[in-house]
Amino acid sequence: MIAAIASSDILLDSVSGSDLLNPFAWLMAILQAFLFVLLSPLLSGWIHKCKAFLQNRRGAPVLQPYRDLRKLFGKEAIVAETTSIIFRIAPYIVFSSTLLAVAVIPLVATMLPTAAIADIIVLIGFLALGRFFLVLAGLDAGTAFGGMGSSRETMISSMAEPAALMAIFILAMTVHTTNLAAAIELSLQNGFVIRPSFLFALIALLMVAVAETGRIPIDNPSTHLELTMIHEAMLLEYSGRHLALMEWSASLKLMLYGVLISNIFFPWGIATELTVPAILMALLAIILKLFVLAMILALSETVLAKMRVFRAPQYLNLAFFLALLGMISHLVLEVHV
Amino acid sequence: MPPVFDTFLIGVGLALLSALASLLSQFNIRRWPDLVNRLSFTLLGISGLFAAYSGITQLVTQETTELVIPFGLPWLHWHIKLDALSGFFLFIIGLVLIPVATYGPSYCKEFRHSGEQLPVLGFFTGLFVAGMMMVVLANDAYTFMIAWEVMSLSSYFLVTFQHRNPANRRAGFIYLLMAHIGGLSILLGYGVLAGFADSFTFDAMQHVSLSPFWASTAFAFAFIGFGMKAGIVPLHVWLPEAHPVAPSHISALMSGVMLKVAVYGMVRFTLGLIGVDQIQWQWGVVVLIIGSGTALYGVLYALMQRDIKRILAYSSVENIGIIMLGFGLSLVFYGTGHHQLGIMGFLAMLYHSLNHAVFKSLLFLGAGSVIHGTHERDIEHMGGLLKRMPWTGLFFLIGVISIASLPPFNGFVSEWLIFQTALHNWTIEQGILRFMIPSTAAVLAMTGALAVGAFVRLYGISFLGLPRTQHVRNAHEASGGMLFALAYLAVFCFALGILVAPVLALLNHIPDQLIGAGLGSLNERSWLWLIPIRETDSAIVPASYSPPLVLLGIGLVWLLGSIILHVRKNRKVRRAEVWDCGFSTPNARMQYTGMAFSMPLRRVFKGFFTIEEKVERHEDTSRHFLTVEDRSWKMFYQPIGRSVLFIARHVTLIQSGNIRTYLAWSLATIVLLLWLVSL
Amino acid sequence: MDYLSTLPLSGQLINLLAALVLLTSFMLLVQLRLVSVIHTFAWQGALVAAVTVIVAWSGHHGHLYLSALITFVIKAMFIPWLLHYHVNSLGLRRYVSAHPPVTGLMIASMLVVFSYYIILPIELIGDVGESRNIIAITLSVVLIGLLGMIIRHHAIGQVVSFMSIENGLFFAAVATTKGMPLVVELGIAFDVLVAAVLFGVFFFDIHGRVGSMDVDDMTRLSETRD
Repeated sequence: MIAAIASSDILLDSVSGSDLLNPFAWLMAILQAFLFVLLSPLLSGWIHKCKAFLQNRRGAPVLQPYRDLRKLFGKEAIVAETTSIIFRIAPYIVFSSTLLAVAVIPLVATMLPTAAIADIIVLIGFLALGRFFLVLAGLDAGTAFGGMGSSRETMISSMAEPAALMAIFILAMTVHTTNLAAAIELSLQNGFVIRPSFLFALIALLMVAVAETGRIPIDNPSTHLELTMIHEAMLLEYSGRHLALMEWSASLKLMLYGVLISNIFFPWGIATELTVPAILMALLAIILKLFVLAMILALSETVLAKMRVFRAPQYLNLAFFLALLGMISHLVLEVHV
Repeated sequence: MPPVFDTFLIGVGLALLSALASLLSQFNIRRWPDLVNRLSFTLLGISGLFAAYSGITQLVTQETTELVIPFGLPWLHWHIKLDALSGFFLFIIGLVLIPVATYGPSYCKEFRHSGEQLPVLGFFTGLFVAGMMMVVLANDAYTFMIAWEVMSLSSYFLVTFQHRNPANRRAGFIYLLMAHIGGLSILLGYGVLAGFADSFTFDAMQHVSLSPFWASTAFAFAFIGFGMKAGIVPLHVWLPEAHPVAPSHISALMSGVMLKVAVYGMVRFTLGLIGVDQIQWQWGVVVLIIGSGTALYGVLYALMQRDIKRILAYSSVENIGIIMLGFGLSLVFYGTGHHQLGIMGFLAMLYHSLNHAVFKSLLFLGAGSVIHGTHERDIEHMGGLLKRMPWTGLFFLIGVISIASLPPFNGFVSEWLIFQTALHNWTIEQGILRFMIPSTAAVLAMTGALAVGAFVRLYGISFLGLPRTQHVRNAHEASGGMLFALAYLAVFCFALGILVAPVLALLNHIPDQLIGAGLGSLNERSWLWLIPIRETDSAIVPASYSPPLVLLGIGLVWLLGSIILHVRKNRKVRRAEVWDCGFSTPNARMQYTGMAFSMPLRRVFKGFFTIEEKVERHEDTSRHFLTVEDRSWKMFYQPIGRSVLFIARHVTLIQSGNIRTYLAWSLATIVLLLWLVSL
Repeated sequence: MDYLSTLPLSGQLINLLAALVLLTSFMLLVQLRLVSVIHTFAWQGALVAAVTVIVAWSGHHGHLYLSALITFVIKAMFIPWLLHYHVNSLGLRRYVSAHPPVTGLMIASMLVVFSYYIILPIELIGDVGESRNIIAITLSVVLIGLLGMIIRHHAIGQVVSFMSIENGLFFAAVATTKGMPLVVELGIAFDVLVAAVLFGVFFFDIHGRVGSMDVDDMTRLSETRD
């Protein structure tokens, strides 16, 4: 079997046109994943800073999330007596599945061999796997709050996931592939084309991202008010390194959605070849895109109020409907029969 | 005569032998019944081994074995044929039969203590299995129908095994009724084909060319008949009644295998007998609509149940919906002339049938272990089982992850394939279909997300948290044979999720033999990559997925993580009381219940359910009652029931009580029939 | 392969605006607050005016600028203003309809598919082959407007739906035949204007007599009910 992996024939023959044999591409893929992991707390810190600025506060320094993580990793982990093994392994599974999910998203370069291994449907699957264990962990301690958080998370995700998939299908139907790297490369090749369906998909995906990452108006990441929390309610019993991993995966997920949205809908700047200037350029571009996106998020979180939990389905229905409308307008307006 | 031929007949024979063997325990000798019980299950297991072996051999070698057995009517012998398609389904039967055989002996012990008739159970189990095997082996409509009825009738006795409970008798009655209406419909479907072919053998039916009208009629009969057995909405109502009340290993066989036999019938009838060239895409549209409805309906009701086995039964309905989505896509693409995509949908459907057989048997057997260990079926009374039944809990978790279609387990692969098929809707010319297909993909996405919710609920409420009753607190782990069965199926859940490319390459033999064309892109692929379709004019591969490499990635991440943890030497945890925002220590009754868990979704989808909710207030306590009834009763069955009664009331007019009147009716009927024949 | 990238920028923009007009007509269908319905209607008028400007600019049709201006003034400013005025003076600013029309939404989606299905086989004459897709959208805007009139309980909501039908027709005219003769267009604009004013008069009258604007209360025309 090892011989089978090693024989380049199989790899080349299977997925031509991708970069499975380019060691630099693999290096880049690993580097990208590390960049994701390293930069994601920075993104959270920047959003906090923007929000503080908009609310006329000085706010914590941008690097505060790193300090929090360091502190949490240093602390002792306390586990409730009532919990089982699921509770203890959930943080690792949640973190690693989010990590696998970000590993297939082109951050700076479209030469991403991992994108051929797992396409965008698998990516959604990875996120679902993480959420599955997160929800189980919420139920494990046998507390009322944990169950409440899990129940609400289930409702929201089961309405958000179809909307996200619909939005992604619009992309897949336009470029005829579900390979994310290839899709981005193709839409770069097509040049600037105004696609009404992409507009709808963009709005739908933004709405889903807000819901899935537990931001206002669906959930409030900075509250621990018992009756309104969703994501935090599932994490109530966590402490120490477990909590650190959960928090880190949350910010990783936020960055994942940010990069997904900016690179699908605004792919300009991403490196299509592995040269140093192109990659530096791409790095600059993605940082700029995330910078802007974070400011938009901070602004919306400042002006919007959190919804009642039972308004969330309406919000997500709207997202789903927009994605559906995107699909309709793709089929009616953008396909010539 | 090739050697394969022997093995599959030995399989059927052993199943029958096991049926007979279990009758031996009627001789009342001490320790004898236990021995007989073991013997009958051992025979069943060996029969499963033979079935699986001959099935897989046939699939690999792509040979066809035909045989005529001089049974039955003088001019109509039993025709038997084992080709790749039958081989695949025979393999599924055998695959599930093996764990059932190791699971059964200790699971059934309990029935002896409660005074049930074990010989009856063993006898009908053997008959049931033999019937299922014969259905997939039959090569003429006559043998098929006999085997089909044997399967239906013996499973009726299995459903009503614990007949002292009136609910079980009711479930059995509904099952029997629906099974017969379904059987009638299948018979009519074969009747149409046989009428044109002038013969009952499948070989003759294959070559008959039908007008579009008659092809559609035959398809409609077959779809209703097989669909009733498979449990498509709204013909599914017997399923959540009958599957839960049978003993758990029987539920595993019914949900895991019998539904697949119905799927086999549908495939054989449509793709095999009617033939690919006579398929119309409009059938596919119907199947897609019904399939999406079935999938969504099943999962929503699975979310609302409290009985662990009813949850699983409704989820079977959901999975049949998913299988039907694959089938519908296949029909649509065949009907519009896109054969490669049609094959892709067909393969997705076959793969999901295999997957569902594996994980649903795992879950039913796991549920049986839970019931065995706790004497409790209501998940609201469970909790904390993972600590008491760790191995059952682990294997059940694997089953749950697989059925929730999460990577890298097997349920995900077949849904991925269906999504990929659906995303090729742009190849179709008909405008209306282009809208239709993405909509079904959206339904599938929603079903998948809801299934995650349903199974998180099932697992979280029953296996996690605190035990809610004394029974559950004293739960014990299942015995070795039962755990082996679970482990065996869990391994398959994992292997079918990883070794996707070789499995699909094997499945590709089925369309290759049945239709004469396989999925071209699969034949020369390596074991590493799953690339279902490739466009000739483009360098870019539309979709690829490599589960082994995903697994490698998971391994790397975990390796890295454990190294980092090791270096930090900070691996201790302290156990402490639960915090819960600083409220007083919560007790088991303060946990979220299953019904509370699904309340938000019940509220969102309230149009789907008939919900009755009331609160009784007493002096110091209050009780909350909630029932969620299957809507199809009110929407579909009650009107039919009423109209049948209405017609019956008018027909009773001829019931005068006078024997001479009856004879007059008989005479008139005979005269009429003779006249009709003479036409 | 990619049809859209072969279109000139103006064609792409028209496509985008068509999709947005469709979005507004869906929004007209589902919005519960009367005030937001009127806002959405104003946006729809503005979008149609924008289409007219783009067609005028890309095809150098001078007179279309004028009709764009008329459309904008009447449909995006005057009629919404008039409706706001009525809503204010009838004390309906906080009126919220109680029925979220989920079924309506599903029917509307099907109507879009249906319009597409109907338009698809039609061979259009002349150089308008490209805008066949647009016609499917405008037809569905018309049908959804009619649907809106059916499912709206409130008289003002019905009137807005009615006017959105006219928006759809106007869009079709502009996008396919590069505008009607100016005289016809002026006439239609004037008609709409008069209709809006007349509706206003009726609003007051109905409100005064029936005491409500819910059309379900206005069954006195039926002879079976007494």
